[in-house]
Amino acid sequence: MKKFRKLAALALAATLAMTALTACGSKDASESADKNAETTEDATTVGFIYIGSKNDGGYTQAQNQGTEAVKEYFGDKVNILTAESVAEDKQTVKTNAENMIDNGASIIVGTSFGYMDAMEELSAEHPEVTFLHFSGNKMNDTNFANYFGAMEEPRYLSGIIAGMQTESNKIGYVAAYPYTEVLIGIDAFTLGVQSVNPDAEVKVVYINSWNDPANEKAAAESLLAQGCDVLAQHCDSTGPQVAAEAAGAYAIGYNLANPDAAPKAFLTAPIWHHDKFLVPTIESIINGEFKPVSYYGSMADGYVDLAPMSDLVKPEAKEKVEEIRKQMEAGEFNVFEGPIYDNQGNEVVKEGESLDRAGIWSIDYLVKGATGADN
Amino acid sequence: MSFLKITKREDTPRQKAILIRIISVVLSLIFAGLVIAVLGYNPLEVFSSMVSGALGSASRLRQTVTKAVPLIITSLGILVAFKMKFWNIGGEGQIMMGAFAAASVALFVDLPQPLMLLCMAAAAMIAGGIWAFIPAIFKAKMGTNETIFTLMLNYIAIKFVTYLQFGPWKDPNSQGFPKIADFPKSAVLPSIGGMHMGWIIALVLVILVYILMNHTKKGFEISVVGESVQTAKYAGMPISRIIILSMLLSGGLCGLTGMIQASAVEKTLSSALSANYGFTAITTTWLSGLNAIAALFVCSAFAILVQGSSYIQISMSVPAAVADMIQAIILFFVLGSEFFLQYKVSFHKHGKEAK
Repeated sequence: MKKFRKLAALALAATLAMTALTACGSKDASESADKNAETTEDATTVGFIYIGSKNDGGYTQAQNQGTEAVKEYFGDKVNILTAESVAEDKQTVKTNAENMIDNGASIIVGTSFGYMDAMEELSAEHPEVTFLHFSGNKMNDTNFANYFGAMEEPRYLSGIIAGMQTESNKIGYVAAYPYTEVLIGIDAFTLGVQSVNPDAEVKVVYINSWNDPANEKAAAESLLAQGCDVLAQHCDSTGPQVAAEAAGAYAIGYNLANPDAAPKAFLTAPIWHHDKFLVPTIESIINGEFKPVSYYGSMADGYVDLAPMSDLVKPEAKEKVEEIRKQMEAGEFNVFEGPIYDNQGNEVVKEGESLDRAGIWSIDYLVKGATGADN
Repeated sequence: MSFLKITKREDTPRQKAILIRIISVVLSLIFAGLVIAVLGYNPLEVFSSMVSGALGSASRLRQTVTKAVPLIITSLGILVAFKMKFWNIGGEGQIMMGAFAAASVALFVDLPQPLMLLCMAAAAMIAGGIWAFIPAIFKAKMGTNETIFTLMLNYIAIKFVTYLQFGPWKDPNSQGFPKIADFPKSAVLPSIGGMHMGWIIALVLVILVYILMNHTKKGFEISVVGESVQTAKYAGMPISRIIILSMLLSGGLCGLTGMIQASAVEKTLSSALSANYGFTAITTTWLSGLNAIAALFVCSAFAILVQGSSYIQISMSVPAAVADMIQAIILFFVLGSEFFLQYKVSFHKHGKEAK
């Protein structure tokens, strides 16, 4: 009997609590709906999902500069929602996207490769919302598009600089995963290095994460300990640049023209101008003229670029870079032009042939001069 | 000398216990409110937005329920072990091994959907059970410390799945990106009421575990072993068998969580799948006072807190760190109240120290 009373009391208390919660819940719902209506009158709400924090000094900061440019261009015609440090598992991505849609978002921009499957599911569940995915390869005919850029072009240019700056002929490269996008970057960089310095080798360490500042720095330190005097990177933070500066070496950043993290090491960085895609695309969605695409912006489009070279870069390297840059901007230079050999000595691109976008995106090897290892 | 005297409470009166809990919740809200105000947000607005963000519409409610399901089932598993005073800190690893076993079926066996899902669930419960059985048999036969044992098995399970994800199970179609291939459609739990059917499984399990623990001989034996091994021995209970059976059940339930998360949410196996549910559930189980029905409510409240704080990040642009802080403050006070439930703190004004 006593036990039953205890149970009854517990159940009663719980029911009361739940009622109280739901009651004030529904009241707030109407309030916040009003508030949304007031701020969103005619505006389009765009939600940006980031893998890092907006001030990471690299990848996410570059993405957020694109967002800022959208804000500036559209003014109060667009509301911006952002979610930072969103992990690449489906539940986390979908929770954030659902919360954004709940807050009125009709466009969701996902900025990490690992969001792809979640975004594909979402695009089927929310046909009224448009999904733009950076770096993915999935899309549909109605509301799911992807965008990326010919990062191989500025990577190649930064390789030229590394090849001419190195004294030890050992160049370090802190890379995320041995995934196609990363391999393309390493290969383009190495081809740039070898075009000016065939004796230089590129040592790659994979950290198996996009964004892990401590691990990025640790990998950089192990490369420096092996005698590398120039570091390049395909990871999100400034960790490798900071490590290079501490060791008196040079560093080539990524994503962002940001010499401040390591001013005594920073040479340049291959960078993104995400606004070049986001602004016209969001405009076309607002105007109802949008058709899903798989965008691939080049240096000629201004979507990818090489950050201004610092004073540490040798004048002859600057000259060489400017020469090739002009050819790239004129569309006359293909980074992957044969003959190209992989690091096993096999000819992967024949003399007189070159890789198109599809060919580049099926790269699964490192070119001659590059060697990879897990950290 | 001491003005402060801490004594263990023999028995906390029910009303006093409720009062202490209410005070702790009120204090946590006041304190969290202060922090929010200092950071420049309106606390009332933040709190009401959290509640409405978790319960204010059908889609928000669905998200809250989806977050509650793994917590509830894992809590039930941990509850069974805790009742026996077997400190199973290994929920995380048992979830992982359950997900791994479910994935082994989903990826390599071709079955029609109902059979596929049943096989996945069975495999997951067996795998989770085995992962809990290992420390149980060592405890039963050799008296090893199960806290450390179950804790360390977590890392083995997580690293094992990481190895599969980066190595032999890496999807060959993922262009080198370390992900395991998606499950076929037949291995995905169907939806009921706009949510995957995990919520129905959770509700049924709450009732089953409640009946088992409170109204059966097995449940009684488990609590007797928990209260006193001597008593159990004296009553002639097969202690080793009870420990091992209840740990199989405990690990089995955690394993089932792994299957549900892999099948319905991630639709594949990944090393991030357990998402700390195994650890969070320790808190919720403890707060539930080891009662299955109470666990349902505590886990729901926790899910409201989690969904609410993820919602305010979007709706009010509250940084993730602040949302985490609010969660932590509330938990700190609620858990802190446990101390005052167990111990009595009294002040001595004068007289006593003269003696």
